[in-house]
Amino acid sequence: MTSTTAYWVRGVRILDGDPTDLVIANGAVWGIGVRPEEGAHQEVVEVDGTGLVALPGLVDLHTHLREPGREDAETVDSGTRAAALGGFTAVFAMANTEPVADTAGVVEQVWRLGREAGHCDVYPVGAVTVGLGGERLAELGAMADSAAGVRVFSDDGKCVSDAVLMRRALEYVKAFDGVIAQHAQEPRLTEGAQMNEGELSGRLGLAGWPAVAEEAIIARDCLLAAHVGSRLHVCHVSTAGSVEIVRWAKSKGWAVTAEACPHHLLLTDELAATYDPIYKVNPPLRSQSDVEALRAGLADGTIDIVATDHAPHPHEDKDCEWAAAAFGMLGLETALSIVQHTMVDAGLLDWAGVAERMSYAPARIGRATDHGQPIQVGAAANIVLYDPAATRNVDPTESASLSRNTPYRGMELPGRVVATFLRGRPTVLDGKLA
Amino acid sequence: MKRHLLSAADLSRDDAELVLTTADEMRSLADRPIKKLPALRGRTVVNLFFEDSTRTRISFEAAAKRLSADVINFSAKGSSLSKGESLKDTALTLEAMGADAVVVRHGSSGAPHLLAHSGWVRSSVVNAGDGTHEHPTQALLDAFTMWKHLGESRPGGLEGRKVAIVGDVLHSRVARSNALLLRTLGAEVTLVAPPTLLPVGIEGWPVETSYDLDSVLPKADAVMMLRVQRERMHGGFFPTAREYSRRYGLDGKRMAMLQDHTIVMHPGPMVRGMEITADVADSDRSVIVEQVTNGVAVRMAVLYLLLGGSEPSIGETE
Repeated sequence: MTSTTAYWVRGVRILDGDPTDLVIANGAVWGIGVRPEEGAHQEVVEVDGTGLVALPGLVDLHTHLREPGREDAETVDSGTRAAALGGFTAVFAMANTEPVADTAGVVEQVWRLGREAGHCDVYPVGAVTVGLGGERLAELGAMADSAAGVRVFSDDGKCVSDAVLMRRALEYVKAFDGVIAQHAQEPRLTEGAQMNEGELSGRLGLAGWPAVAEEAIIARDCLLAAHVGSRLHVCHVSTAGSVEIVRWAKSKGWAVTAEACPHHLLLTDELAATYDPIYKVNPPLRSQSDVEALRAGLADGTIDIVATDHAPHPHEDKDCEWAAAAFGMLGLETALSIVQHTMVDAGLLDWAGVAERMSYAPARIGRATDHGQPIQVGAAANIVLYDPAATRNVDPTESASLSRNTPYRGMELPGRVVATFLRGRPTVLDGKLA
Repeated sequence: MKRHLLSAADLSRDDAELVLTTADEMRSLADRPIKKLPALRGRTVVNLFFEDSTRTRISFEAAAKRLSADVINFSAKGSSLSKGESLKDTALTLEAMGADAVVVRHGSSGAPHLLAHSGWVRSSVVNAGDGTHEHPTQALLDAFTMWKHLGESRPGGLEGRKVAIVGDVLHSRVARSNALLLRTLGAEVTLVAPPTLLPVGIEGWPVETSYDLDSVLPKADAVMMLRVQRERMHGGFFPTAREYSRRYGLDGKRMAMLQDHTIVMHPGPMVRGMEITADVADSDRSVIVEQVTNGVAVRMAVLYLLLGGSEPSIGETE
């Protein structure tokens, strides 16, 4: 049978394996350790895989694409370009848009925009409460039944702080195998909060965001999830105490999963001393001991996944005094490099571990069944080819994002995404959008 | 080369003592019939105040004028949402007008730091109070006042002198700057407040802390009372204004516990009857009015040292 283009990736390591040849054709992994069959493909494109690692296409459970409403910061198109360049084949788009993604109409719009853009699959996240207001449940079932097939629900940016509402949400989504992804932030403990509460916040005169405000909610939610037998996912875990609580919940066998963000694996609150709001993020950058606890938790599986919390903001929202600036930082195009730097190069994870935490597990949690599959013959070819030996200097102006708020500006990071395949079609080739 | 005064921590002991001795010379000027020096003739000082503060602005204005500088007062009150843009745009405007020094008061901690490091302006930046961060010229005038009373006539100046700073340390830029500067000058600082009004992590500061005013007062050489805004009550920092006054207010009875030479200070504006009673504020120990007088002299010294010579001689170097 003749078909379209085949990609013959020569001498590539699949995860931690020995160099082999990988043939991608017809949207799937056509063969491993073989060469393309003569005449079976209309065209064969050879890709030099020497020194490259093939990973399953990355899945980001936590992305802000900003559309609809803040197209000055990001659009579905620009955000998914950035995602593809970062090695992602699927992203979950958070619900805090304008209007909020709290109806079937909005989630279907985002889903459709993702399909039209075609750079990676977009799974809209539905809001838990109407307008992120934290008062009454949004129509979760309608979003689940919509074309977007929403399975992840989150008020991210805001915490579902009302205990009864959180309990009901956890219970309700069981009807369609959903999960509540909680932004754990006790609102009263964090009124006006600007940075990690510690010695430095006191010295800088910036209102503190105490670790306990995150940990108290996580502890409560773990207990609630256990009580009603539901799935809980904890967004952007940032403190050592949170890691301990999640570890404890898992030891009980409860269905709790957790994510860590790349910036929390690398950066610390010391950066706030610059008063440069490029480092302002929610939850805030924490201490070195928190960073180390997150790395250890990610290594031992307490933290299930890495999620970017990619949060684009227009220049003027960061080019101002700290308190007036927006929370958040870009993450899609640097996530894999940060994970390599903090985890792989540090000997804490092998590439199989990276695949689990950046592809298999997030796809599982989000029920993205087309993604997060091991690279094996017959599987959908969602694959990223990555050169861990490369280095690059982060230049914000080179980002595909419409925004420039990367905290890694000027830093030299390891690794480079060489190619990304979405169902066998390259979205990135030679490190550029295909 | 830029020179700024953003934090009391920018000052070495030599820097700080130079400000104090210079301020002493400036203060003597006040006794002359013509209270003016030509030192900053032709230089422009902008008072950029994003928050209301009549006394600090007037103090800087008087200081600059006595040094013959041209003074522009720029009051830029805006909504909190527009503050970000207005800081940058205002800074660009001032830069275009050619300011030599910008004295900035802003509600956001770090705003003067941003102004000095953003590249928006080339002038010297003097922090006249930023959010709950710092107020270095207040600390300098406080130190000067203490030095005149407690340090001038003894070797080592303020070395080993005990200073109690009492009240809302958590929200006080005055307390932060004073703790840093007094430590630099060798004084021993004790911060006294209810636990709710001390910042987390204060164990790392170079100070002692206490929750008990009565145990600290007999040993103090200077007692500085901080203003406590009644709004803090609604934040649940303490139960009632009356309870606060009973536990942390300075009244006549507590004043009687002080050593003979101990002075009572307040950065103003006072809430009489809250943190300090009228009889204490108006007593012989009170140097509160003198602090205001010294404020002008100290700010003259700061502006003179930052702008006066071809090479500014204090503060942060960049």
